Amino acid sequence: MASEREYKETLLKEILSETLPVALMEVCGTHTMAIARSGIRSLLPANLKLLSGPGCPVCVTAQGDIDTVIELAERPEVTLVTFGDMLRVPGSESSLQEARSRGADIRVAYSPLDALEIARHNPERQVVFLGIGFETTAPAVAVCIDQAREEGIANFSVLSLHKVVPPALEALFSDPEIRVDGLICPGHVSIVTGLEPYQELAGRYGKPCVVTGFEAVDILEGIVMLLRQLRQGEARAEIQYQRVVRSQGNPIARELIDRVFQTSEVRWRGLGTIPDSGLQLRPAYRHLDAYQRFNLQPKEDRPIKGCACGDVLMGKVTPHQCKLFGKACTPLNPVGPCMVSHEGACAAYYRYTPISAESGVKE
Amino acid sequence: MKEERILLAHGSGGLMSQQLIDEVFKKAWSNVFLDDMLDGALLELPAGKVAVSTDSFVITPLFFPGGDIGKLSICGTVNDLVACGARPLYLSTAFIIEEGLPVGDLEKIVASMADTAAQAGVKLVTGDTKVVERGSADGLFINTTGIGVIPEGIHYHPQRIQAGDRVIVTGNVGDHGLAILARREGLSFQTPVISDCAPLYEIGKKMEGFGGEVRCLRDPTRGGLATVLNELAQQSALGIHVREEDIPVSPVVRGACDMLGMDPLYMANEGKMVIFVSSQAAPEVVKELRQIPECAQASIIGEVVSEPRGLVLIETELGADRILATLEGEHVPRIC
Amino acid sequence: MCLGVPARVMEIFADKTAHADVDGNKVKISVKLTPQVKVGEYVLVHAGFAMDVIDESLAHETMSLLKEIQAYGQ
Repeated sequence: MASEREYKETLLKEILSETLPVALMEVCGTHTMAIARSGIRSLLPANLKLLSGPGCPVCVTAQGDIDTVIELAERPEVTLVTFGDMLRVPGSESSLQEARSRGADIRVAYSPLDALEIARHNPERQVVFLGIGFETTAPAVAVCIDQAREEGIANFSVLSLHKVVPPALEALFSDPEIRVDGLICPGHVSIVTGLEPYQELAGRYGKPCVVTGFEAVDILEGIVMLLRQLRQGEARAEIQYQRVVRSQGNPIARELIDRVFQTSEVRWRGLGTIPDSGLQLRPAYRHLDAYQRFNLQPKEDRPIKGCACGDVLMGKVTPHQCKLFGKACTPLNPVGPCMVSHEGACAAYYRYTPISAESGVKE
Repeated sequence: MKEERILLAHGSGGLMSQQLIDEVFKKAWSNVFLDDMLDGALLELPAGKVAVSTDSFVITPLFFPGGDIGKLSICGTVNDLVACGARPLYLSTAFIIEEGLPVGDLEKIVASMADTAAQAGVKLVTGDTKVVERGSADGLFINTTGIGVIPEGIHYHPQRIQAGDRVIVTGNVGDHGLAILARREGLSFQTPVISDCAPLYEIGKKMEGFGGEVRCLRDPTRGGLATVLNELAQQSALGIHVREEDIPVSPVVRGACDMLGMDPLYMANEGKMVIFVSSQAAPEVVKELRQIPECAQASIIGEVVSEPRGLVLIETELGADRILATLEGEHVPRIC
Repeated sequence: MCLGVPARVMEIFADKTAHADVDGNKVKISVKLTPQVKVGEYVLVHAGFAMDVIDESLAHETMSLLKEIQAYGQ
């Protein structure tokens, strides 16, 4: 499509004409992937930085929480159903995929609805759904929890490691050392939340926020909209992804989250604990809460010394400046979320590093 | 034989084994080599270098849209021989059958192998059958080993690849991987996509006509196109540069992958070939390939470059280059 | 957390599930989060759920920014 190509070139030209140093952060794992896939970073001028924030709910799952999940999955009566993303995330000693190779009944699903089906078809198993994800996924899990209660599916429960985005953004932006000028806001989380959380953020910290879609052209537009605000000294929340996101969000989805879950203080890998950032099942649903059913005890993290993910996520240091990068921490043996995510800041940097001398391939 | 299901006794070497061989295998595959029922096949090969390839097939489900484990077992080894530059001639087959497999299923699979072998012009000349206890095999495992002869003047090897060569893929990628995935328990979506499983001896024949202009062939099975390109970049110690918009992917496959968070470039193909040819011959090669029905979407997707060595770069829709990595870990549906 | 695709709703059932089409693939989804959706409309699907109805008129939205930029005189 010649006109779409021209349009992308126009947007790129606009972006490349920016001379001031600007750092923009995206806080959505899918944006990290989309940006990496589009190759846009290599086209940007040196003064324009695109930072990858703590927006991947998979990657920010604490090490201790993974240990809890693995221990549960290893119980002989338990069938753990999880999104595929979780298989590789490292616990202190192991991962879900390793546990599966040792005999744990761990199954990958595309939707929490699939987990309900598995529970219906296997009444003799205790089917536990691992709830991971932000506001995009939490309502879906809430629907399944409601459904299980309605149908009286006794062998189904949810282990909620769900988190919400705005408190993490608050934690980021309230740090005086943060070097971020504008925010590329998550496109699909915003379907649920609407614009309100970003309006508050923009108002309080004076940073423009643009809710952006995931096609290359969406990302280019989102960046252009942020740059325009910065040039004009504005700090508003606006929507680039208008074909999908409404400023009022999805009130039904929000109501469901609120009915089934309550917020709690939880650990984010690389960032530490953030108040009111986790979702746990409300007391009315305790019989569907895997923590209650299996009497799970929280496990401490055993953080590896030298992991600089927290600083990388804030944009304070680059991956190369982390002591573990490329040595104790590689994509095959990741430590922190920046490497756990296939397209996290560190994983992405690593791939651009020339292949080591061992394989005999020249740099 | 009156049994409806395979029993352990069918594998113990006695009368029941003989019945199984006569009434299921020989009936479907009778030929001069097999009928002799020796411990092996006595073959006379045409002159030339001999290529041998072996593969084991453990796919579940045994029957899938577009094929079955039997068809796959013939195509997989035939295609490996084609990739070696050989004309496939003979295959051996070894079966490890799980106790309880319905005989009807085995007959269908065996018939499918006969059809595919006939289509590919290969003979099934010797085999072996074992039966294992329930739970020890996913219904059926098959191994096939194939022999072919390489015509004079044909030498496909990564070391023959040169900077400037073009990279061709013979059709849409990702079909087989998606067709299999859709049959997995727990995924609530249906796709019209069927496996592209097919024997590619026709491709081999056409490539012979181009002699030394063709440098190397490889079939992108597990790990997909991206993994095979990375293998060849490493083995040739050169770089490969491809363009995303030139890689043929059907819209249905792309839509399903977008939904599941998977990438067609990492999904298995069982009826495709990646071909490295000189830049001069490339357009003609594509033209010849497109005459084969399975290769209607054959396309030049990129070229070989001297730097960066050992890496594969893909040009995105924005005209930027990024690294196309090899598959790390499992390729699974994601939400993130 | 954000993977989502547009899908066309083909059939809606009493239990608030639906069949939707994604580029020729048929998906079974829940429309409990979008009870107002009608057959023939497009929704954004994430993890088997319709998250919201897509406003098709705004699908051409991307072109409007171009006009704004041009008007801005770049």
